[in-house]
Amino acid sequence: MNDTIVAISTALGVGAISIVRLSGNDAIEIVNNCFKGKDLTKVASHTINYGHIMDNKEIIDEVLVSVMKSPKTYTTEDVVEINCHGGIISTKRILETMLTHGARLAEPGEFTKRAFLNGRIDLVESEAVMDIIDSKSEEANKLALSQLSGTTSKMIKKFRETLKQLLASIEVNIDYPEYHDIEVVTKNQVKTSIKDMKIELDKVIKESKNLTLIKEGIKTVIVGRPNVGKSSILNKLLEQDKAIVTDIAGTTRDIVEGEIYLDGVLLNIIDTAGIHSTDDIVEKIGVEKSLSMIDDADLVIVVLNNNENLTKEDEEILEKTKDKQRIIVINKNDLDKKLDISSKKLENVVETNTNTVEGIKRLKEKIIELFQLETIKTKDYTYLTNARQISLAKKAYQSLKEAEEGLLNDLPIDMVEIDLKETFDLLGEIIGETYREEILDHLFANFCVGK
Amino acid sequence: MKYEIIVVGGGHAGCEAALAAARKNHKTLLVTSNINNIADMPCNPSIGGPAKGIVVREIDALGGEMGRNADKGALQTKMLNTKKGPAVQALRFQSDKVTYPKEMLKTLKSTKNLEIKEAMVENLLVEDKKMKGIELEDGTKINADAVILTTGTYLKAVVLTGSKKTPSGPHGEKESKFLSDSLRKLGFTIKRLKTGTPQRIDKNSIDYSKTQEEKGDSVTHTFSFDNIVYRKPEDQISCHLIYTTPKTHEIIKEHLNESSMYGGYVEGIGPRYCPSIEDKVVRFSDKERHQLFLEPESLYYDDIYIQGFSTSMPPEIQDLMVHSLPGLEKAKILKYGYAIEYDAIDSKQLKRSLETKLVENLYTAGQINGTSGYEEAAGQGLIAGINASLKLEGKNPLILKRNESYIGVLIDDLVTKGVKDPYRLLTSRAEYRLLLRNDNADLRLREYGHQVGLISEEKYKSFLEKKENIKSLTELLQTTRITPKKEINEYIEKIPSTPLKDGISLYDFLKRPEVTLENIKHFIEINYTNEEQEQVEINAKYEGYIKKANKEASKMLSLEEKNIPEDINYEEVPNLASEARQKLSEVRPTTIGQASRISGVNPADISILMVYLRRNN
Repeated sequence: MNDTIVAISTALGVGAISIVRLSGNDAIEIVNNCFKGKDLTKVASHTINYGHIMDNKEIIDEVLVSVMKSPKTYTTEDVVEINCHGGIISTKRILETMLTHGARLAEPGEFTKRAFLNGRIDLVESEAVMDIIDSKSEEANKLALSQLSGTTSKMIKKFRETLKQLLASIEVNIDYPEYHDIEVVTKNQVKTSIKDMKIELDKVIKESKNLTLIKEGIKTVIVGRPNVGKSSILNKLLEQDKAIVTDIAGTTRDIVEGEIYLDGVLLNIIDTAGIHSTDDIVEKIGVEKSLSMIDDADLVIVVLNNNENLTKEDEEILEKTKDKQRIIVINKNDLDKKLDISSKKLENVVETNTNTVEGIKRLKEKIIELFQLETIKTKDYTYLTNARQISLAKKAYQSLKEAEEGLLNDLPIDMVEIDLKETFDLLGEIIGETYREEILDHLFANFCVGK
Repeated sequence: MKYEIIVVGGGHAGCEAALAAARKNHKTLLVTSNINNIADMPCNPSIGGPAKGIVVREIDALGGEMGRNADKGALQTKMLNTKKGPAVQALRFQSDKVTYPKEMLKTLKSTKNLEIKEAMVENLLVEDKKMKGIELEDGTKINADAVILTTGTYLKAVVLTGSKKTPSGPHGEKESKFLSDSLRKLGFTIKRLKTGTPQRIDKNSIDYSKTQEEKGDSVTHTFSFDNIVYRKPEDQISCHLIYTTPKTHEIIKEHLNESSMYGGYVEGIGPRYCPSIEDKVVRFSDKERHQLFLEPESLYYDDIYIQGFSTSMPPEIQDLMVHSLPGLEKAKILKYGYAIEYDAIDSKQLKRSLETKLVENLYTAGQINGTSGYEEAAGQGLIAGINASLKLEGKNPLILKRNESYIGVLIDDLVTKGVKDPYRLLTSRAEYRLLLRNDNADLRLREYGHQVGLISEEKYKSFLEKKENIKSLTELLQTTRITPKKEINEYIEKIPSTPLKDGISLYDFLKRPEVTLENIKHFIEINYTNEEQEQVEINAKYEGYIKKANKEASKMLSLEEKNIPEDINYEEVPNLASEARQKLSEVRPTTIGQASRISGVNPADISILMVYLRRNN
């Protein structure tokens, strides 16, 4: 029923080996037709077979061919993987040979899509596969891998089980009101269950948010007046001269991006043009851009100059960033202290200078502390790892909260149950147990190149 | 002899079907094996209950008979779940087993276009997969354009007590021997189902001092929106509550294998939701006692029904069981309990109109479709009667949606999911039960009743007035404001509620949980009926929840609008799981929404199906 698809499933380039993978009803036959070695249609499933891929009578490459028969394969269809010697030319020729023998070039994400559609993996797992392909850092990769084992699904299933029991007890009371000896679910019982679930869910959401940052990188924006040393701090963090650093105010007109890995976690650092009033049109655009960057940032590093008094512009920056996750860096602490911020009661203050390494080290430590990077690293990764899941979990949390409010307002238990049912459905949606058209549209729109 | 519509069976489904067809001006024949058994209540003497009571209201809203008839036969009336929200409140009446059938028969006899015939139907006449008529036991053929089968438990019925198996309908009535064979020949899958009934006790032999009295409500209730009260609250008859004793359980356990069920004499599958006392004792062995209700059957004879004590034990064991109950030590058993087995069809072979997929113009309703309960039967009977008529009129069938009625939920479940054991309606089967309330059945369905011609112009006019009044009272409360004046806040504190800080509309004020419409009357005069006031109050109080339910319902409806072509070949849809392929081919859902409710069809299958449909569009 399924046509056979083929793709190069390793990154094209200089690697020791490349893998060309096929999936579909004719996968084994197609490879066999251009394979010199054992008859692949007769070998046992899950075996590796040595031989050569031929183009007519010409040997293209010496290969190892893994034959995996349906249903115990990634897609549940027959799957063949050709391990060939790396190198663009021969890998591509093998791919072309497969195409001429009847395979079709796979669409982006089609292997995973087939795995999902054939019921081999659930929604969370297929999203995790996309994450692996997409993951930018080591930590994210680990996170994606742990998802595949279904730990997220397990946790959500636990919540749903609790809710299911609660819902069932409430409904028995509704449908059999005349039975005096069926235990009546009291509002207090519901209250307790909701409270416990809320606490756990809240924790998961919060930590998941940090994990999203791990996966996608923490968007870090450095802001401050001109010439307080923003670019120097960036360079120290990046340990390379990316932004232009001079003593003339307003050198950094464009927003510069750099990436660093802090304990395996990606930090996307954005240097901004100094925020100050200016008539220069180019600079003005830069300043506006800087201000808008603050809104999108996960972390704002506000740089102040130890050697100058707090200015009106500094105060504006502090005001503008007060609701953000931020670190205040008092730069140039090797110069005379003229800055007085004692009245501001600021948290997360770090003193630095760019001539020594200590200050920058403290800054890095502060970042790690703020995002609890260390604790996350050592934890089991039982969390939600993408925006869709987190937003659903938040909605589920919200319904729980509404249920709680309902109880507080002394609404009848069957009304409160409506919110509990919604929570149940939302959690089901996270693991693909509730049907919603948008989920799949959303999911398939997000399949990336690769598997 | 030729009729437009023939209804086979005179139970609750048959009565509604025949009345609907005849009232819609179709020449109708109701065939029953015993005219004295029309609208009989062979099991419990009550009508209504959670979800079921709401079905009765829906039947009334659509122009059916059950609500009015139950009002006439009421012995005791109760509103259930009053401590819970408006969505789950429902009426249950104790109903007189003499008055109810008598009144129904009177109505049937006085209905134009309707004839009643006493006979046993044993064969269906079908040509080219189209209904032609029926054949009676004596070979008489009667032609009809459409036939509605409402045969209840009569198809190949067998009554069981202990190891004794007697071919018979309920209470010694004659069973139909061959009709289900005729259905099987037409391609229907025939299932065997089982149900049961408890003993009837002579009321004069009960020691009521050992029981607990259960009275009806002190206010009047009616099922029908006609609101005619036939029994005053003070004239209600009481029920009595007792519990099984350890001795009862001992007797049951000791003789378990003598019961038809545990002795292995029963083939049919019994209802999960209405287990026999043997089942209860076995399945809930940790429970020390089970609750039983002693319910009077009629004012005209002495039978007391023991609700909760349904059994298929041999009579001599039933004697021991009954006499082990408090107050029943010397009870005289008038009728023994028994189990009954009967044939039913697979309801997945029906369309949502209740027309069969196999034979055009053949409809089925009630226990033959695998349901249990008088109300479930009547609801289906009404819809089958309406749709058979509409078909003959060349009109589209009336298909009630899941967000509109419990009847819609019931029929959709039957044709989409099918049944394994006799199906009982429960509030939890409805996703949008907040919309499907006892109080608003007319607002949901009367319009349809009028459209199909079962609601008179006069009734329709008063319904429109009610709707208009609800709207104007809502507007009145929304536009009248109260402000934090001293005397106003003094009153509000007395309610007790939080004093105002700012001005507020009375409508918003009514939203406060502790505030009722009675409090609102302190500020303005309200000249509206109680029913109208109730609607406004519920709408205000539960506005947020109602909106949410409507939003959910509209999501469901959007999937209902995605049609699946009738001729789809599921073998050609790639990637479907084999279970889904088989289930979809069997049920042949007409919309994506229906497909998504089939058990065994996963979300992934639905998306595959949608992708396929989009691609082939």
